[in-house]
Formats: sequence, C-alpha cells, structure tokens
Amino acid sequence: MLLEPLPDQESLRDTTAKYLADVMSSEQVRRLRDDAAGFAPGYWRQGAELGWTSLLVGEAQGGGSVSEHGLVDLTLIAHEFGLRAAPGPLLPANIVAGALSAEGAGDHSEVVAGLLSGASVASWAYAEEAVAATEPAAMACQVRAEGDELVIDGVKRPVEAAAQSDHLLVTGRTGDGLTQVLVAAGTPGLSVEAMHSVDLTRRFARVELRGVRVPSSAAVGSVGGAGAQVERQFEQAVVLACAEAVGAMQAAFDMTLAWTFDRYSFGRPLASYQALKHRCADMKSWLEGAHAVTDAAARALATAAPDAAELASVAKSFVGDYGAELLQDCVQMHGGVGVTFDHDLHLYLRRVSLQRALWGTPAEHKRRITTLLEQRGDA
Amino acid sequence: MATTEAEDLDDFRERARKWVTANLRPGGAERAGLRGSTDEEAELAAVAREREVQRAMFDAGFAGICFPKEYGGQGLPPAYQGAFNEALAGYEYPGRLQVPTLSPCAAVLLEFGTEEQKRQHIPAMLKGEELWMQLLSEPGGGSDVAGATTTAMRDGEEWILNGSKIWTTGAWWSDWGLCLTRTNWDLPKHRGLTVFILPLRQPGLDVHRIEMLNGSREFCQEFLSDVRVPDTDRVGDVDDGWTVGTRWMFHERMLYNSPLVSFPAGAGNAAGGPDLLGIARSAGVLGDVAMRERVGEGRVLDVVGNCLQDRVGAAVRSRQMSDQAAAIVRLFKGISAARTRTLGYEIAGAAGGVWADGDGASADAGVDFLMRQTACIGGGTTEMARNVISERVLGMPREPAVGRDLPYRDVPRSATSRR
Repeated sequence: MLLEPLPDQESLRDTTAKYLADVMSSEQVRRLRDDAAGFAPGYWRQGAELGWTSLLVGEAQGGGSVSEHGLVDLTLIAHEFGLRAAPGPLLPANIVAGALSAEGAGDHSEVVAGLLSGASVASWAYAEEAVAATEPAAMACQVRAEGDELVIDGVKRPVEAAAQSDHLLVTGRTGDGLTQVLVAAGTPGLSVEAMHSVDLTRRFARVELRGVRVPSSAAVGSVGGAGAQVERQFEQAVVLACAEAVGAMQAAFDMTLAWTFDRYSFGRPLASYQALKHRCADMKSWLEGAHAVTDAAARALATAAPDAAELASVAKSFVGDYGAELLQDCVQMHGGVGVTFDHDLHLYLRRVSLQRALWGTPAEHKRRITTLLEQRGDA
Repeated sequence: MATTEAEDLDDFRERARKWVTANLRPGGAERAGLRGSTDEEAELAAVAREREVQRAMFDAGFAGICFPKEYGGQGLPPAYQGAFNEALAGYEYPGRLQVPTLSPCAAVLLEFGTEEQKRQHIPAMLKGEELWMQLLSEPGGGSDVAGATTTAMRDGEEWILNGSKIWTTGAWWSDWGLCLTRTNWDLPKHRGLTVFILPLRQPGLDVHRIEMLNGSREFCQEFLSDVRVPDTDRVGDVDDGWTVGTRWMFHERMLYNSPLVSFPAGAGNAAGGPDLLGIARSAGVLGDVAMRERVGEGRVLDVVGNCLQDRVGAAVRSRQMSDQAAAIVRLFKGISAARTRTLGYEIAGAAGGVWADGDGASADAGVDFLMRQTACIGGGTTEMARNVISERVLGMPREPAVGRDLPYRDVPRSATSRR
C-alpha cells in the first residue's frame, strides 16, 4: 500500500485497523463460516461510521474522501480488510454507492443515505456465466423500455451479498448499449439462489430476473448509454479487489517469514536454508510488485489518467497470478499445518484465490491488455 | 554561457530546454548494447559523437551539474540534474560517458582520490576527453568481486600489476580504468585489496574483445602483464581497497539514478524488451487467443517492473527501505526480462528458429532467446540479488563465509582462470 500516506489517510487506515483488530480476530472469522450472511449488521454499521462506504460518494450527498482521491483512500480500507481477511460487502457496497451518486445517475439519495449509514447494503449484479468480466459488451441480460417502465430479463452470477442486499444495481444491454437499473430486494420476478465460495465469509448468489419491472426513474444513468460508467465501475472493482488481495498477500508473507525463523528442521531454522531464502526473496519481489502496481492503478483511475484502463488490467493480472503463487508458496513453506482449518493461512489463501477468480481472471485481463495495446497503436 | 549562483531552478530548466532543443539531435536511449553485432566503424563514430556532445554540454554549463565547481562541475543540487534530465527526454545524450565514467568512476575519485587525481581527471571526464572503465570482475570470480586475484606488487614508488579483468563494456574505445587489485595475500579476502587508476592504452595491457554468441563484441577482457603504475595513481590506502570497493559498488548500483550522470528522463522505464505485439503481428498469430495472452503477459511484466522501480526508488529516497532494496528491482527485472524473451520466442513460432530477411520483428526473437539469461547475469546475478534480499532486506541468516579469517592465499579458489 501507499508508502507515504497523507496524515488523514493514515488516520482513516488506523481507525479501521484498530476496529478490525478489536472485533475481527481470526477465531471470529472462522466462527462466521456457518453464519448465513457472513457478517453481522452491527459490525457493518459501525464500519460505515468509520467511513467504509462514504469514500466514493461526493460531499454534497453526504459522503467524502479524506484526500481528493476517494478511490485511493478506499484502497487503504480494502488493504486492511485483506490483512485480516475481514468479512463484509466492502467492494460491491462502495461500487454501488459511487455509481448511484455519480453525476447524471439520477436521484437515488435515499438509497445512498442507507449505504452511507450502513443501515442497508447494496450489491452490483454485473457478472454472468460464460461471459468474461472484461467484456461487458458480451453480456446477455436485457433491459428494455416499455412506456415509463424498464423490464429486465437475465441471469447474473456470481453476485456478492445478493441475499443480504436491500438493492441490486443490475447491468444489462439495451440494444448495443448498456443500461444500469436499481432493483429493490423482493421486486416480483427477482429470485436469489445461494452459491458456494472458496472464501469463508463472503457470500455469493445467482440472481435471476424474469420480467422484472421497475419505473424509469430506477435507471442509473442513461438507458443504453451507460457503457463508460460501467467500465469505470469495473475498473474500480478491479483495483479494490487487488488492494484487498495485496493485504492478504502481505499478511501471509509476514506470517510465513516469521515461521521460517521460528521453525527448526535438522537442527537449524528454515530461514537458514538458501533454497528457502531464495524463495522468500522471490516472494518479496512479487509482493512489492503487487503493492506498486496496485497503488499505481488506483492513482491512475482516481486521476482519470490515460493509462488507467491498462494499469487496472495489469494489476489484476499480476496480483491474480503472483498473489496466488505467493500464497501457495507460503503453504508449501508451512507444510501440512498450512492447510489445516485451525491455522490462519487458509483465510488469506481463500481471499487471494477468490479475488483471482472475480472481476476478470489473469488470462482475461492479459487479452484486454493486448486489445488496449492494439488500440493505442491504431490511434 | 556561465551559470550564476543565483540561477533558480525554473530558469535553469527553461535554459536547459532551450539549449537541448537547439543543440542536440532528436533520438533517445537507443544503445545497441548486447543486441546483435555492431559495426566497428559505426561504434567508433558514435563514441566520437558522444565526446562532442559531452564537450558541448560542458561548454554550455550542463556537464557535471552536481560535481563541485573546483573540478569543472556546476556545484548544483540534484534537482538541477533532474531538470536537465527532463530536458534531455527524447534527445541524443552521451550515454557512454555517463556510466561508468561519471558514476561510479568519477564518483569514487571524488570520495577517495587525491587532490591531484581529481584535478587531473574529473574536468577531463566532464569535457568528454577521458572515457573510463571499471576493471572489477575477473574471469575466476564472477559475482565474488572481493575475491580479486589480479596482483599489484610494490616496486619503489611504483606498483607492478599482473592478472586479468573481464566484462568491461567498450574497453577497446576507452581511455582509463579504475582497477581493483590484491596487494596482500597474507590478509583475509577483504583486507588485502587496493585500488589503482591506469591508462588502458599502454604496453603490457592487452585489451581483447570478447565475441558473444549473438556476434556482439562490446565486452572486453584485459590482460595485465607487468603493467607499471606510479604510487601517485593509487586510490585510497594500501590494503584498504574494500572500503573504496564498497562505495564503488554503491555508486554502481545507483546506475542512471545517480545525480552525477545525465540521463533522459523516463528512458530507464522505456521497454527495452522485445516488441511482443510486433512479433505476433509479423508471425500472423494476433488472432490466436493463447498468443494474445502471451503478448499481454509480457506487457504486465514490463509495467509492473517499472512501477516496482518507482516504488523502491521512492522508498529508498525517503529511507523507508535501505539501498539494498535495489536488489528487489534487479531480481524482478532480470526474471521478467528472461520471461519476455521466452514469450517472444513462443509467439514467433518457427520463424523464431528459422527466419527470412523479410520476417520483421520475428527475426530477432530467436537470437534474443539465446541471449535470454544475460538479463539474469550481468550486473550481479539474480542469485546474488536473492541473497541480498533475503539477508539484507528480510534479515534472514547470512550464508556461511568460507575462510573469512584465513589468509586469502589459503582460501580455495577456482582451479583455472578463463583462458
């Protein structure tokens, strides 16, 4: 994460770090395995008071960042979540809060207020089965206008915290363009079916929309013209997923390095074996690379730099590939204990593996990078 | 045009920009390096041009921006060198005169040289009159620099040098060298070393150009047979060469980040690797999803390497990381450069191994692949970088040092030297 955070960023990070240290021990994370929601409403409301959902929302709407770049601030929170493999719908709640309060999104202030206070939760129904997350134009979900209503048909999966959400931001196609619609839980035609996940506390669902009707005012942005906003949300999600994964990488690496000093084998600490020292050096280079590229991507996106799209994909591809390798190497250095339920390592292995699979796999992002390179050459 | 003490940074920047635009040719950091064979005459012409450019920089007050005035420099803070580097972006620059001449060689003289040595050589370096090389690595040594066996024996007011140095880039067109020698075999390894300076064109010093497998002949090996060096050309104290050597290698690690050298801003981040998109296009495989992923992977490694370099650079400057953390960048860039060459070879397909004259970017992929490991060898191997990271950055136990306290003559060494 940021080498030189501003004082306000530091205090934002510290309050979250302290809160999570108080309430979210690894034992508590393990206990939440059997919790249907994966997090308690009170936990989330208190977190919201610390700013967990306000950073992508403008001050006029009750939000506010601590620096001028809310996404960069939010990566600090995501990093803390990674460091503790913390539960809660941090990523989708923020993406939706940001989308609903963006310029031209329409008036959704009541929903935004609920997200800001933590009283309600919302999620983004974006991904679809057999469609690369990097290619939203290929999605199948349809949104069509009928009089002063919008009608939605499609299946979205996986949708994080869908069963715990009061609202879903559904992205679908209208002709060749994209449309985003806010759908309240319980709307007729909407069904939510729980899925399974490698993560212990993050819950996901398959969301089916069959002739779901909402008033036109439920549109977020223009009907058929939301492509740019969808891309922006997607890249924000990518950066937040990376920031969380980097936190988990850091925690696993620190834990493993300490283990190599403490664990003796054949009369000497593991840390004294050159074969293992060299692997720790490799891991350190991946870890610092993951920090570096994630911070660069967050900054680029927050400042709308021309290389933001590429950096987001570079980060996601790198953190996905090397984050997972780092975690598996940490397991290898721990030996059998590293894959036992009582050890903490798997909490991070789970989180990093989850984030590798969501928001575009490393392979999908590599293809996207090549397309961006070609476009740059053509320009 | 003289620089006044009062010139402020913005004025300096503006003057630098105007001067560069008016006097230098558009170009960049296009050094052929190890990439393929270079034409000897073209190389000598390029060296001559760089001497001219360096001289022009000197005359305009842009050489040695951070060197003391008494040795021909400008005596300005590093921000001025940074401003000049920004002005240089996109223009030719005298790269062969920066590293290793100004850093580490001139940097070492500034720290350890006698007044006379500094006055004789540093202005000449800044004017482009003296090109320097590092006579550091030895054929029997590899990364173990302190294990030097090139010997200097005292003879009155002179020293007699015998031995061999290797991996000097361009010694055949250079003028002077900074040389690490062993002056006492009865002391432990790090305590019997001494540093000298010596002209490269003199009797007893034979410069041999090494042909690399790709035809490049930039690297040299030097054979020293009874080369006589006056004691006044000794740098630092007798048998205290490792004190000099430690700082020498610090300056070497700084490379183009040193405030003592001019280097176009951003050129260090320019992708020096193969153009994977170009290879894919020339091989006609851009429609293949697997090949598109390889192109993307190469780009990922390039971009992350640059971000990492920026991060570690910033952390070292703000002292959040020790300067040993530079090894993290060295390791990452070495491994990723090797990987991108493998990617290039895979993307090129059969044309990587067998090509025709018109095959475009694919035609370089094969020889680049053969030279792949140079990225993990030169400037300290990636294995050395892993040792530095694990021991100096992560604090893991040091490797046992064999014979740390033995006289160096009793420490086991390679049985034979190269050649």
